[in-house]
Amino acid sequence: MAGNEISVLIGGQAGDGIASAGQVIGHLLAGTGYRVYMHYDYPSRVKGGHNFAIVRAAEYGIGAVREGVDFVLALNQETVDLHQGRLPDNGIVLFDSGRVKNAAGIGVPVGEILAAEHAPAVMGNSAIIGAFIRAAGLDWERSAGVLGRAMPKGTDQNLRVARKGYESSEERRVIPPATLPPLPVVTGNEAIAIGLAESDLNFYFSYPMSPTSNILHFLAGAAEELGLRVIQPESETAAILMALGCAYAGSRAAVGTSGGGFCLMTESLGLAGIAELPVLVVLGQRAGPSTGLATYTAQSDLHFALHAGQGEFPRLVVAPGDAQEARDWAGTCLDLAWKYQLPAILLPDRQICEGFYSLGTGSPSPHRAMPVLADPSARPYHRYAPSGSGISPLSYPPVPGEAIRVNSHVHDSAGITTEDPGLTRGMAEKRMRKMAGLLDEIEGLPSVSLGGVRDAKVALLCWGSSKGACEELGGRRGLRVVRPIVLWPFPEEAFARAMNGVEHFYAVETNESGQLAAHVSRFGYNADDTILKYDGRPFMLDELEAELHRVVP
Amino acid sequence: MTGNDLISEAKNTWCPGCGNFVIQHTLKNVLTEMAAEGAPVENTVLVAGIGQHGKMFDFMELNGFYSLHGRTVPVATGIRLANPDLRVICVTGDGDSYAEGLDHLVFGAKRNIDITVLIHDNRVYGLTTGQFTPTSPHGFRGHSTPGGATEYPFNPLDLMLSSGATFIARGYTHRREQLKRIIRSALEHKGFSFVDILQICATYSDMTAYYDARVYDWDESASGDYAAAHTKAREWDYNADARIGLGIMYRRRAPTFEESYPAPPVPFAKEQQAWIQKFLENRM
Repeated sequence: MAGNEISVLIGGQAGDGIASAGQVIGHLLAGTGYRVYMHYDYPSRVKGGHNFAIVRAAEYGIGAVREGVDFVLALNQETVDLHQGRLPDNGIVLFDSGRVKNAAGIGVPVGEILAAEHAPAVMGNSAIIGAFIRAAGLDWERSAGVLGRAMPKGTDQNLRVARKGYESSEERRVIPPATLPPLPVVTGNEAIAIGLAESDLNFYFSYPMSPTSNILHFLAGAAEELGLRVIQPESETAAILMALGCAYAGSRAAVGTSGGGFCLMTESLGLAGIAELPVLVVLGQRAGPSTGLATYTAQSDLHFALHAGQGEFPRLVVAPGDAQEARDWAGTCLDLAWKYQLPAILLPDRQICEGFYSLGTGSPSPHRAMPVLADPSARPYHRYAPSGSGISPLSYPPVPGEAIRVNSHVHDSAGITTEDPGLTRGMAEKRMRKMAGLLDEIEGLPSVSLGGVRDAKVALLCWGSSKGACEELGGRRGLRVVRPIVLWPFPEEAFARAMNGVEHFYAVETNESGQLAAHVSRFGYNADDTILKYDGRPFMLDELEAELHRVVP
Repeated sequence: MTGNDLISEAKNTWCPGCGNFVIQHTLKNVLTEMAAEGAPVENTVLVAGIGQHGKMFDFMELNGFYSLHGRTVPVATGIRLANPDLRVICVTGDGDSYAEGLDHLVFGAKRNIDITVLIHDNRVYGLTTGQFTPTSPHGFRGHSTPGGATEYPFNPLDLMLSSGATFIARGYTHRREQLKRIIRSALEHKGFSFVDILQICATYSDMTAYYDARVYDWDESASGDYAAAHTKAREWDYNADARIGLGIMYRRRAPTFEESYPAPPVPFAKEQQAWIQKFLENRM
């Protein structure tokens, strides 16, 4: 155990319920007064293949895990073989003694426990968790409460299985209780879903794709309580078009996908741009190109999000750095899409989508951006009426005596197709004028984050989930951490303030080319060097620390 | 309101003799008639694809969404879901909905979403100057198939029947009264209504004489009979020489997508917040 933090790895094969077991461990540690983050690593399989989760708990907010762990909970031999090297000399292995033959530590007779309780195999992880509760010296009563809440189905049976696991184990390493007030623990996907609902989402359209499928599942499960409808159409193409149909008729819609699905949506992104239809796209990044690594992470779609679509049109691109930002910005992006009538892209990476975070209370913006609505008495209504801000007031059918038109072609103020050069130029400029207002608004929001040692002359530049590792190491190593959250329109003023006094900076990204470094170079900021990782895995703390030693003088 | 109120001031750019004029004026007449009977015209939304048919968007004075090539049905679906008081009509072409947007057409039928799809089926790409489409006959000579198309057409009526469409009809731009009755019935149908309109292309594929010699009216008395509809659909395969039936081929009432999946009661913001709060508390 390194100071006041602890890391627990649980592993098994797909179908063993490793993700939910990891979440339960997260809840157990959060309930002991810690902040937690969980990294879940799994191949793209329903059954078989090695799955593991690393749950890390610390006495401050975290968003990264270490290579090293204090406990390994092994549901199979492979877990022991692959991960026991992560343990220090005094590390502890708890294992299923029926499936693991070659290990030293606490053997848990999972098969016998399940047989005695007539429990299905998937409850095996409850036995191991029970054994962990004992080994870590956690309070049984409080832990049982956590287990009960985390397993609403088959609760009693799970608790009996866990209790038998507990009894088969022994106290080895007491995790000292921490004192932080409790926070809920959620995935980034859940946080995004909540943020959308809080921003009055009416419809969510999504074709299943990792890493955003769980937004679809969460919203579908809570649709009635949240007052929205969730539809899985035939393709991502259809998903975004349905959303645009909703927008035309005055309903708020969002879509969720990953890079491959966003390729299909790109055609309609331009439609949203020229027709001035608000839509929010959640683009959860995973490792590409093409199918890439379906269940692993990357930050390699920044340039795609910034440039997707033929022609030129305004857009908003925002990359949250943790679950709290994902919640806040999902709602803010939806509001801004409606106010400025443009497509907004929320660009989390897979580590945020499927990472499990202690959800901070955050600081949602004091007032919400509201759409500009047409005066119902003003006739005739022109959907693309010129204005200084570029925003044309909205009206939705039916309005007696009016034909409300939106158009994918270049059009006049009434929405009728035109090829007139003056109108073509004028409408292009009207659309782009919206970016000035949007940029003003963005500059007033926390669009660039400053972390680590805030006045240090050497900085790390990062985005998205790399926040976790960068901020933690930055603080420890005397480095400033500058992290743009809004990537387009680029908040140049906020970025300049964050970079003020920086003499050297290094970009840390999970892609091969340094996409953020290239992006900020457009504005005159040239990174001294880059630290890049593109193997589908996030930066582990110890790994990034070694890289910093190598790269940063 | 008169029919002329539904024709916009935009300059019409279709070729003289184009079948689109017939479809435009037939739709205008149907909507005028329905408006006189109390169905407000502002409740109608036209969703157009890309092709010569798409200019209906500009030429008609109606609410409209000028979409992308092949992409009318999902847009119409979104509009209907957002506001079930709107009557949503997709005007789309054979190149448009049978080629690039075929998946959407099949899924619109499968869902039985309550929209009407009018296919301007001239069996040739007009806007892009005369290439073959999914319903062009085998051997069709166009700019992209100078030696004649080697593919056979597919049969859209058969396809729609298999896909679950609950209203399937075929009209012809030289049978105006019948076309008007078909379009009106399609608009009044609750569920997914599909009309394949054999349309003359005056410039690239004028099949007037061919159609005139072969069309006949279907007996519509048993239009709910699937097997009979199947026989009708297969009588002419859009290629071989055969009689070409016109009229309503199939019609049945089935729950629409909107009926099967109605809007949930919108919770007051306070109730929604309470649910979220409870969810988060359970995660502590």
